[in-house]
This record gives sequence, C-alpha cells and structure tokens, in this order.
Amino acid sequence: MLRTLKIMRSHGKQYVPDLKNVELAPLFRGRPEISEDITVEEINDVSKICPTDAIIADEFAIDLGKCVFCKECAFALPDKVRFTNDYKIATNNRSNLIIRKGAKSVDFDENEVRKEIRKLFKNALKLRQVSAGGDNSNEMELNAAGNVNFDMGRYGIEFVASPRHADGIVITGPITENMAEALQICFDAVPSPKIIILVGTDAISGGIFKDSKALNRSFLDKYPVDLFVPGNPAHPLSFVNGVLKLIGK
Amino acid sequence: MSKESYIILKNNSLPVDFTEIPVLEYALFSDLVKLLLKEDFRHCVAYYAFEEDQKLKFLCCIADDQSHELFVFSHEAGKNGLSLKSLTPECPQMQNFEREIHENFGVQFEGHPWLKPVRYAYHRADQSKVMDNYPFFEIESAELHEVGVGPIHAGVIEPGHFRFICNGENVLHLEIHLGYQHRGIENLFLEKENPLQRCILAESIAGDTAVGHALAHVQLMESLAGITINKRLQIERCIALELERLAVHIGDTAALCTDVAYQLGQVVCEALRTTIINSTQLWCGNRFGKGLIRPGGTNYPLNETVTDHIEKVLEDTGKRFIKLTDLIYSLPSVLSRFDGIGIVTKEQSQTIGTVGMAARTTGIPRDVRSSHPFQYYQSYKVEPVLTHSGDVLARGMQRNLEARQSIHIIKELISEWQKLSDELQLPDYHYQLKPNSFAVSMVEGWRGEICHSAITDERGRVIHYKVKDPSFHNWMALALAVRNQEISDFPVCNKSFNLSYCGFDL
Repeated sequence: MLRTLKIMRSHGKQYVPDLKNVELAPLFRGRPEISEDITVEEINDVSKICPTDAIIADEFAIDLGKCVFCKECAFALPDKVRFTNDYKIATNNRSNLIIRKGAKSVDFDENEVRKEIRKLFKNALKLRQVSAGGDNSNEMELNAAGNVNFDMGRYGIEFVASPRHADGIVITGPITENMAEALQICFDAVPSPKIIILVGTDAISGGIFKDSKALNRSFLDKYPVDLFVPGNPAHPLSFVNGVLKLIGK
Repeated sequence: MSKESYIILKNNSLPVDFTEIPVLEYALFSDLVKLLLKEDFRHCVAYYAFEEDQKLKFLCCIADDQSHELFVFSHEAGKNGLSLKSLTPECPQMQNFEREIHENFGVQFEGHPWLKPVRYAYHRADQSKVMDNYPFFEIESAELHEVGVGPIHAGVIEPGHFRFICNGENVLHLEIHLGYQHRGIENLFLEKENPLQRCILAESIAGDTAVGHALAHVQLMESLAGITINKRLQIERCIALELERLAVHIGDTAALCTDVAYQLGQVVCEALRTTIINSTQLWCGNRFGKGLIRPGGTNYPLNETVTDHIEKVLEDTGKRFIKLTDLIYSLPSVLSRFDGIGIVTKEQSQTIGTVGMAARTTGIPRDVRSSHPFQYYQSYKVEPVLTHSGDVLARGMQRNLEARQSIHIIKELISEWQKLSDELQLPDYHYQLKPNSFAVSMVEGWRGEICHSAITDERGRVIHYKVKDPSFHNWMALALAVRNQEISDFPVCNKSFNLSYCGFDL
C-alpha cells in the first residue's frame, strides 16, 4: 500500500490544464508559413522537392491535406518557408487546408457546421475509430488524446467500442481496398445524425500512398466530411482542438 | 554443402553482384535450406520470388547468428503452372514465405499444409480470392462453436480478423486473417524513384516503428550507393532506435496493465511514455521520430540541449519506471493474470522461426544488435536480454528488462557521442545505386528483426524491393499461444505480443 501511495505521489498531476494554449517543442512541425516575398522561381523549386506534391506553385501555397510535414521545403528555403509549432491546424473545410503565402492561421468556417452537431454533440461526443490502412501512428496519437496527459474525456469526447454507440467515425489511413467494405459497414451501423472526421494526411489525401493501386477511397466521394485533422501523425492537441471547434466548445 | 552453393554477405555490408548469387537446381536448393536450418542458430530471413525475363527468380537468405553471416542463394523456373515440393513440412518456419510466393505468383507448393492467402495483395495471382472468402479452418462438431473478432476491434487499433474455435470457454484453435491494411508498399518503392519519397514511405510502413523501418531502408540505400556515414551519425541513429524501443516498451506495459484492470500501472506508464516520445519530439519535432532518419546524414543532428534533456528524462523516468514495474510484477492480482498464460514453448518458437522479443521470451538469443550488428552496435556490444517461460509474464518482464537496458544503452551512447567531434552529415537525396546489385539490411526494431532487401538493374534502378517486419514471423506465435487458453485471456495475450498489422500487410 505504501509503495502504491509513493508511486501515486511521484505521478502527481499529469494532465495538461489548458489544451487550447500549449507551447509545443520549438521544432514541432505544425502550421507552415510562407513568406510574402517568396518568388516564382523559389516556390517552383521547392515544389519539385515536395514528396507528395503538396506545394501549389501557382497559388504560392502549401496544401496541408497533402503535406507529410517532412519540412524539406523549409530546409531548402529557410528564409521563405517555416513550420511553426502551432498545432491548431484542423478545419471543417478542405480548402482551408491550403495555406497561402502570408497566412498566419488555419481558418475554420463556423457557418458551415451543421446545426445538429452543436445541438446534439456539444456536451457528449462518442466516436468510433476506423483504421483503414493507417500506419498505427495516428491511432496511437488518438489513444493518447484520451490518456492522462491530454484527457479529452474532460469534454465528454470519447472513443467507444461499438459503432451503434457512436455519434460518428474517425478515419485514419489512406483507405485500402481491403478495408473499404468494413468501413462502409461500420459507418452504416452508426445512427444518424453522424459525423465523419479524417485524421492524418493519409486519410485526407492518401498522402505518400495516393497513387497506390491498393487503395479504394470511393467512400469519401459519397459523404461530406465534417472535420479534417492534418498531420503525420496528427498531434493529439490538433485532434482535440479541432473537435472542440466543431462541437462549439 | 559446398561453398559454391551460396554466397556470404554481412548485414549492412557492401552489395554483391546479383549475377554472382548461385542459381541452384530446386532439389539442391531445398536440400541446402533443410541442411542450413537444421541448426538452431540459423533462421530464414527472406525467401521471395520476383519476375525477370518471363522467368520467376527465387531468392533465399538465411542468417547464421554464430558466424554473423548471411547465406544467399537462389533458384529459378518458368512462370506458368509452376509446382514445387514444399519445404514447410520439414522446415515449418518457411510456411509464410511459401504462402506469400503462392499468393503473389500462383506457384503451387506440394505438401504445404496451409497454402492460404497471406494479405490479399492487389497484385495477387488469383483475383478470385477475396477477403470475404478466406478459407478458414473448420471443425465439424455440435459441441464446438466459433467466435469471430474484427476486422474492426473494440479499441483504437488497426484491423485484423481473428477466428476462434472454442470448446466452451477454451480456445482450441485461432486463425488470424490479415490483409486489411495492405497499401502496396513494396511496389510503391519501385514506382517512387525519388529518395525522399522512399524515406517517407519507409517511415510509414509501421508508424510505431518509424525509426526502425526508416533505418533499415536508409542503411540499404547507403549500402547500394556506397555512402559511408561517420561514427557520430551512427550513434545518433542508435540513440533514436533505443528511444523508440523504450517508449514502446513503457507504452506496452501500460497496455498490459489496462487489460488486467490495473489502473495505476496503466496511467503512470502512459505518462512515462509521454516523457520519452516528447524527448524525441524535442529532438526532431515528431513524437515518433519521423523525419529524423535520412540517407547519408540528418536534418536533425543531436545537440547538447537535447542530450541534456534526454539524460534528465531518463534519470527521472527510469527511476519511476523501476519503482513501478517492481510493484507491478509483485502484485498477486496482476501476476495471476500473466503467469502461465499464453505459453509459447522454446521448441515451438524455434520451429516457427520467431524473431526479436518473441524469440527472446522463450530463451532464444536472437537479437540483430548482437548477431548481425549494424551502425554503432558494431563497436558497442549489446547482450540480448532473455526470459524463458514464454508466457504473458515473460513478455511483460522482457519489456521491463529491455526498457531498463535501453535506458542504460542510451546513457552510454550519449557519453560516447560527447567524446566525438565528427562533422555534421546532411541528407543525400541524389545518390546513385550500384547497378546489378543485391543488398540486405537488417535492424533490430523494438519488435525484432526488420529486414529490407533490394535488387537493382543494369541502370541502377530498384527492380525489386522486399520488406519484412518481425510480425511476419511472429503472428503464428500468437496463434499458438492462445491454444487451450480461456478466450477471455486473448486480449492480454494479443497485447503481450503487440504485433504489427500494417507492417505485415505492407
């Protein structure tokens, strides 16, 4: 008993008190910024380096839905491209993930959130996670979102075992052909109204796997997505903050 | 066995000319495999086929843990309607390799008792075989029932299907049906000729082993491109690999506690794991070490700020982890759920050819860091940690002891690193691979032996790339472990192995 108490004492309080204002490690690769004075030649050059074609040279922009956060563009052009440690990069509108030069935040379109989401899920949101070709790093970060540090349970957000108990699904991975049917069955089993959240670059665009013949992403053509959480993997704080924005908390 | 039957390679050594690999008659080939695998200190690291000039070439690589050598030899045959005598009845560890070749190319292996699909690769030979018609083993009996679990599981984990045949609460048989995570990785390695893309791909084979797989990949490319790296970078890579091992072992200790409802163990280990992965994040900006391992150099050289932080964290986390695990492994309520549960015997382990942690929990000293040393482990000796009972308790203790060992290794490596004044090496994304070559790269990830191998053509392009995660060998161990166990012990057995779905499915 004494040993248990000692361990509890040294464990202390581990939860992050304010999930909305955390200063992550300086090198954490979060929201990128492109300098206003980047030239056509420069953006063209770095777009050739990008392993996942995430840089849209014509628009002087990085598409976070495709970016695998390798930061090679910033290493090549440190004065013009940098990755900040801002983890608030989730949004409900796919086009907001396109970060243009000069942009200092990832926008969230409040008006586009379906009314029933905030009415029904604000105080309790139960989610079913489906890994469809995920490499287990996003899955581990989603687990971490509920652990003693990030403790999203404090907001009533929780992963549940059955889709029948869930208010929506959280998809990770590029969605493989071999998982496509199971994903559909799982989604159908969730009672309406229901939400879809894509976590990680692989889920949002296919990431490094986007040209693979082993994928079947047709599920995403059928339903609107309520939240996109980019990352490789998405940080637990990106996920929690994104969901909080979505449910209006 | 004559010397002309095979060529000898070393892990992480210079590549060999592909044409120098002896091509044997199949009868000779199979005799050689059987002869080599008679010894317990040898196991098959890779056996695969690929198409070339309308022919199928089969390449086999067997590791000798005593001589630290890899024996490589091959056979070839026409593409169509090929039937070969299976090696599996005499060498059961070949079963999954033969199944994989059968699935990809339609080769029949006569006498193979279990010639079933492996992962339903999109390029499989027989497209009429689909996920839905997997040929599960069945027993006709009114007294038995079947339990199907998955592909989607109750927790936030990857998909896979488990089919149990039970007698009451007792499991008679478990069959594991995988493939849901198949992303076509091996072919993407051929399609993506850009070295950076290949790196990103390697990091995504299994995200929980990002450092391990990325290291196996860059080591292979460096070998084929003739790139040498300095001591400093070698040490830094080993530190990254040990941090990954440490973080996962602590996290798995948390998961084991979760499954037996010991909440204190769970929450404290979760918090301790966070301190380790956050150290990796401080170092390279990613909690899983993605972006850290690159060919020829790194964008994130280790520095004093990071080593000071790591040393401090190891000191504190190490102490707390030791106190906690000493308590965990003395609690009757925990021990009664671990002790004697899910046993894999040494004999079984040897027979099916387990690697890494799973092998070491049955007393088999299989650890690439000491048997086929790579990077700085060539100078820094690692003594494999062994446990012997092969049960959940052994697998828990193995993590506990290896985590302590990793803490010790990292501390020593940091002090070695501090003595060096080697210059920084930056990534090289413009390497040229040696033409007509074959090379093998092995790394001891936290699960065990990771093996990447590649063959280049006359222009130095990669024409075949093979990835093998330790899970390729070890899933069978889980299937054996749960036999004659209560089905309620399955979750803790599964967690005690914590095998990779995506690493297996590729």
